[in-house]
Amino acid sequence: MSSADLSLEHHEFGEYVRRWLAENAPPPPPERLPITPIEVMTIGQRDYLQAWQRKCYDAGLVGADYPKDYGGHGNIGFQRIANQEMNRAGVPFLINIVGLSMAAPTILQHGTEEQKRKFIPGCLSGEEIWCQGFSEPGAGSDLANQRTSAVRLGDEWIVNGHKVWTSLGHFAKWMILVTRTSKDDKYNGLTYFLCPIEGHPGVTVRPLVKITGETGFNEVFFQDVRIPDAYRLDDVGKGWAVAMTTLLAERGASEGAGSGGGGGESAIRDLIALARGTWRNGLLAADDPVTRDAIMKRAIVAEGLRQNAKRARVPALCDHPMRLPLQQKLTGSEFQQDNARLGVEIAGAHSTLYKRDPRAPQAGHWPLAFLNSYGNTIAAGTNEIQRNILGERVLGLPKSK
Amino acid sequence: MSTTKTALRDFGFGQDEAMLRDMARKMLAERLPMERLRTLVAAAPEPVYDKGERPPWDEQLWAEIVALGWTGLAVGEAEGGSNISLVGIAGIVEEVGRHALPSPLIPTLMASLVLRAAGGDVACEILKRIAGGATASLAVTNDRGSWEPEDAPLVASEQGGDLVLHGEARFVQDAFKANILVGSAKLGDKLVLWAAKTNADGLSLQADHIHDLTRDQASVHFNGVRLGADSIVSRDGAEILKTAWPSLLVLVSADLCGASERLLQTTVDYAKERVQFDRPIGFFQAVKHPLVNAMVEIDRARSLLYHAAAEIVAGSGRAEIAAHMAKSAASDAAAFISDRAIQLHGGIGFTWEYGLHIYFKRNLHNQTLLGDGVHHRKKLADLLIGPVSTSPNLGRDPATS
Repeated sequence: MSSADLSLEHHEFGEYVRRWLAENAPPPPPERLPITPIEVMTIGQRDYLQAWQRKCYDAGLVGADYPKDYGGHGNIGFQRIANQEMNRAGVPFLINIVGLSMAAPTILQHGTEEQKRKFIPGCLSGEEIWCQGFSEPGAGSDLANQRTSAVRLGDEWIVNGHKVWTSLGHFAKWMILVTRTSKDDKYNGLTYFLCPIEGHPGVTVRPLVKITGETGFNEVFFQDVRIPDAYRLDDVGKGWAVAMTTLLAERGASEGAGSGGGGGESAIRDLIALARGTWRNGLLAADDPVTRDAIMKRAIVAEGLRQNAKRARVPALCDHPMRLPLQQKLTGSEFQQDNARLGVEIAGAHSTLYKRDPRAPQAGHWPLAFLNSYGNTIAAGTNEIQRNILGERVLGLPKSK
Repeated sequence: MSTTKTALRDFGFGQDEAMLRDMARKMLAERLPMERLRTLVAAAPEPVYDKGERPPWDEQLWAEIVALGWTGLAVGEAEGGSNISLVGIAGIVEEVGRHALPSPLIPTLMASLVLRAAGGDVACEILKRIAGGATASLAVTNDRGSWEPEDAPLVASEQGGDLVLHGEARFVQDAFKANILVGSAKLGDKLVLWAAKTNADGLSLQADHIHDLTRDQASVHFNGVRLGADSIVSRDGAEILKTAWPSLLVLVSADLCGASERLLQTTVDYAKERVQFDRPIGFFQAVKHPLVNAMVEIDRARSLLYHAAAEIVAGSGRAEIAAHMAKSAASDAAAFISDRAIQLHGGIGFTWEYGLHIYFKRNLHNQTLLGDGVHHRKKLADLLIGPVSTSPNLGRDPATS
């Protein structure tokens, strides 16, 4: 296939996705949706979002570039287009974020043929929700400091320990789990498993309450939990390397199996709408020069993020191949946080009104989004750790540890 | 320029553009290494700052640049130029900024872009001379330092078929290096675009005393300068300047991006070598993290730069928005890395001898040239939010009209 054919095909796919999204926009949710998939709390939210992912998957918008043997649609370069269009359309997000952006890419790279066939299709369709078992009370930014142990017993492993900040844990069928299989070596003593969660003996999922007053995160306790050796991903002692694959996928180094929806694109429109409807010093906030300047700063960052994603695919305009991909988690999470902070500022006195107040602007979205934004600036390696990674791996500065 | 609506693949930055850019980088790295730049423009502060001399520049190197055809980069092939796209030109200008090249190249490119936007026989004749090695600069800024294309610095009157110019054009870049000035004048309620030789009768240059060591700047007095029909570029000057303006912003943004990346790399190198408290200072997060923040800002500016150039080349309706974003981001990124570069170098960075100040000052000049970040966000707000509706105090000063 020539590159001209390829781009024509991509162009047509983009048209198809736009049309499909216009014609298949989902009905309004039965209850308020959380801002991101890591905060899904209720069964009603779950069912609605799971049905939406299934529909997107069936239409070819999710798993677009995954091999057909593993439940994908077998295309090349389609996922990025689908992600962009889902973002632009402002449709709901895909609930199985851990399955799509972490489990599937990791299993694709490290899994056996059997594992790929067994696990990847459920990630893509959203039928099997995944959660991530990396963080522990003593292993946050220092991820390799894992205590949860796995001890081999014949064809099984016995797991004991405690994981925290487990988004979607209360709905998850599976967990990507990092365990300690040897105390002799901090990094080479780790092993990676695909661990059953829902209804599995010895597993206890307990909700954590966030600063918003909401749940969504969990603690997961393992007491003599048995995992078949067939669910071990890659070799014993290779857990750190496998976990790095997961984190790289999560930090956006690949297109993933599908993402999008939930609307970064609409953030600026929302801020402008808020400013048009809020008074400030006797003027509409939309006429206040300082507010206008602040919103335009956000608009520039929004466009910058889109154009960064585009430039990352033009090697001639990238001095270091990982320079832009490794920024995504940092810049994306701070973008959301800064937007929310500005929304609170613009809303002024009204920003004091929270979710249940009938007169709260956008049903209390701004303070809720601002409080919640710290989840993403902390999770997946705090942004301080992200800055260490960028400083060390991209700029080549001396390591902080 | 074409009016195609399709976004350019890879910003229109292909092999040819990369080759040109790499050639420019190699040539300037060889001919203008840091030490050469320092001895060229900053051997001592007295001549420029105390005796009022113009900063020196390398005319031999400029002759070689002319021989390479760079004055004709933005000139069409019919006029003897090489007709490089604005995207390709941005790549070369980034290198010019990276090496802080003192030269009339950027003003000449700016004048070329205005002349191209104008079209017509007079413009084509001047473009032929530029492609042949003539240098040019724009005289479009008034005493108020206004960056509004419709605010002309001069007043024109018609005498016979001739145009007679009076007034003072301010902030004319590298005027002492220019053979030709292209500028604007008010003629009744119209704006006329004219071209004049810098040695024309009645025209005199007065050097501004500026901090930047890598250019000259002048106030140009027009005391009845008489121009024939062969010097009248257009009688629809406002429209032409407005059309060309976004591409002028791209040029300054490219210079800022190149210089800022150089400052980042220079500071990173220093942070790896300079040892305090038994460690290279780049180990400390108070040093490492700001450098990462600077990288993030520079990357945003660079992505927006190529986005703007590509939108302009594609004749997109969003070109103006993209250019305001690019210049705002580039000005702010430059301000940040300039600040951190001096600060993180510590005492040595504060010395005249070390030479960091050459880049600091070039950036400081370019940050404000054609409008700083606040200026462009004001313009952007008018486009994205709409004009301010209810504040009479923010309207135009009656004295300007």
